[in-house]
Amino acid sequence: MELLTEFLAQVQASSGILMRWDVGLALLVGSVGGVLIGAIPGVGPAVAIAILLPATFSMDPIVGLTVLLGIYGSSMYGGSIPAILINTPGTAVNALTTYDGFPMTTRGEARRALSLAYSSSFFGGIFSVFCLILLAPVLAKIAPMFGSREIFLAALLGIILVVTAHRRQALIAAAMACLGIWLSTIGLHPATYSKRYTFDQAWLSSGVNLIVVVLGLFALSQAFILLMGDDEKIRLTKLKGSFFQGFRELLRHPRVAGVSASFGVVMGMIPGVGEFTAQFMSYTYAQKSSKRPEDFGHGSSEGLIAAETANNAVPGAAMIPLLALGIPGEALTAMMLSVFYVHNVTPGPQLFQNDMDFVVALYLALLILNVLVVAFLLVATNQLVKVVKIPNRFLGVAILTLSFVGVYSLRNSFSDCLLAAGFGVFGYILKRLDLPVVPIVLGMVLGNIMEVKLRSAMARVKTPLDFIDRPIAAILFALILLVLALHVRRVILDRKQRKARAWSTSHASTSFAANLSRRRSFLLTERGKRLRAKRSKFSRPSTDES
Amino acid sequence: MNDDIGESARGPKRGQLPFAVGFLAVSAVLAALLWDQTVWKDGKDLFSQARFWPAVGVFGMVGFTALHLWHLPRKRFARPDRIEGRNWLFVLEFVGWFLAYVWLVPLIGYLPVTLAFAAALTWRMGYRSPKMLGISLLFGLAVVVLFKGFLQVRIPGAALYELLPGTLRNFFILYL
Repeated sequence: MELLTEFLAQVQASSGILMRWDVGLALLVGSVGGVLIGAIPGVGPAVAIAILLPATFSMDPIVGLTVLLGIYGSSMYGGSIPAILINTPGTAVNALTTYDGFPMTTRGEARRALSLAYSSSFFGGIFSVFCLILLAPVLAKIAPMFGSREIFLAALLGIILVVTAHRRQALIAAAMACLGIWLSTIGLHPATYSKRYTFDQAWLSSGVNLIVVVLGLFALSQAFILLMGDDEKIRLTKLKGSFFQGFRELLRHPRVAGVSASFGVVMGMIPGVGEFTAQFMSYTYAQKSSKRPEDFGHGSSEGLIAAETANNAVPGAAMIPLLALGIPGEALTAMMLSVFYVHNVTPGPQLFQNDMDFVVALYLALLILNVLVVAFLLVATNQLVKVVKIPNRFLGVAILTLSFVGVYSLRNSFSDCLLAAGFGVFGYILKRLDLPVVPIVLGMVLGNIMEVKLRSAMARVKTPLDFIDRPIAAILFALILLVLALHVRRVILDRKQRKARAWSTSHASTSFAANLSRRRSFLLTERGKRLRAKRSKFSRPSTDES
Repeated sequence: MNDDIGESARGPKRGQLPFAVGFLAVSAVLAALLWDQTVWKDGKDLFSQARFWPAVGVFGMVGFTALHLWHLPRKRFARPDRIEGRNWLFVLEFVGWFLAYVWLVPLIGYLPVTLAFAAALTWRMGYRSPKMLGISLLFGLAVVVLFKGFLQVRIPGAALYELLPGTLRNFFILYL
């Protein structure tokens, strides 16, 4: 109770920050911009945040972060529009929305589907912000217990979770995370002042900039994908009437909405897990507990609620490890971390102790953002759907033009642009092959954190067991072992399943030559001759012989 | 030929082998350069050594990529791999466009180069109607005004702007 009263006093103090005109404008630009970006398939929040990052460096930390947070929090609202109307998710995390959203459109219920998606997203967003607000006092108490070794272990756990989350791609995801770790070491080593992998090049002495890598891997690669692809023909359904009915319908499914939002919050807090797992778990739960499970995938309102509530509950929750420990759980929060660093604000325990006003202002900004987005969508959806029609390759031109601002404005350096273009091609290849990109970014961010924290932690450790002699360190270490054990178990089970499948299927080749050869040998066997004789009884006898 | 989805791994089969082989080769070269590119200082513990974390990175890259290669469903180069490799080369055209844009901005100026770049690339991508070219020019203008004029991002004035008369020169250097 005392904690809550203390927190409410903080809210009052922080609301002053949000009253500033520049913060208000940032909220508006972030929320509307995020919805627009989300609604255009092929752009996505990662591209937008990567491009806008350098532009926010000249702003006040709270203003810059509010714009980026706005894009992060509202893009999924916008992403549901093309997912429902044209069966193409606006952002990757809206993929599950197409399962039930598009069938509703095909049977003439597009407005109902959109309205349900907005209301579910709103509920998920508000739920996660309230969880964040309720957890804040607790986090403020726990965060100082995290010393160097705990932060090192939490970062290690984060990297392991990110790698193991890539099912059937864990090996290459681990290789990409190691690439990120290696990239983070390029330049001058702060403890020994020695150069690492600079190849005696002056431009590499200061290291590889995270934003250059992010812009290459996310923005430039996406531009290349769009420029190399084809335009799609899009036919839009006309929308008429208001979008309020979804809020009434959502009230009829409080259980599905509540559980899905909880999944979103829990999964959002765990680094590397995020929206996909949250959606999958809540969708499975909704289907299993539904009275009409057969409707799922064919336009079920419960399915749509589960998917949209879960994915919108994640952004708020993802801010917890970022703000409390300085550990990003995914690419977007990793990008935001660089904004903190640029402004000399170090997220982590100290932020909670010394700058609680700032933290609470961010929470409140998230809350207001959700209200703004829903208000905007309720009014402007009919006009907004037109952005879906922008041709893909023209979008590629636009992203390439905007990427220049992102990279070049950092240091006005041609070598940065060259490096970003190199990472753009690398990201393009990874995307073509459906290989993971995110572990590179997290490897870079978490690798740097791990290096610094391990060095300072080892100064006070005499024996290996000393490393985990504090309760939180012991818990984190146990969690690391548990995650690894579960992953090994899953790999063994997968292999068993694959073997069983391989044994149960025929090994016969499907090539045309092999088919002809098999047919010939069959015709030449005794059984083949017998069969042909038997079949000839049903056909008219040949008159050639007579 | 079923070349879309691998049995044991996610994603398309085409191109996986050249990628894994190429990445492994680069990783192995980087690992071999570890002793040359990093130093070991006596008297410091392992975790404080400048060599420790680069070693974790490069040996992790070599080890995990080798295991990934070992687990690939197809371990022989085939025609789809060559086609995919060609696709990777085609993208270099757009890298060229981008680098030409970067090279020309400090010489000619952000506004003229952005307008020309947006319109020329739009033309190259097959949108040749006056409407689309007009939209591309408007888009270019909006980007310059928003980022350089309004958000004041750091893009230097061009060499060509120096030729402009006094007040106009200052305006162009500051805002366009």
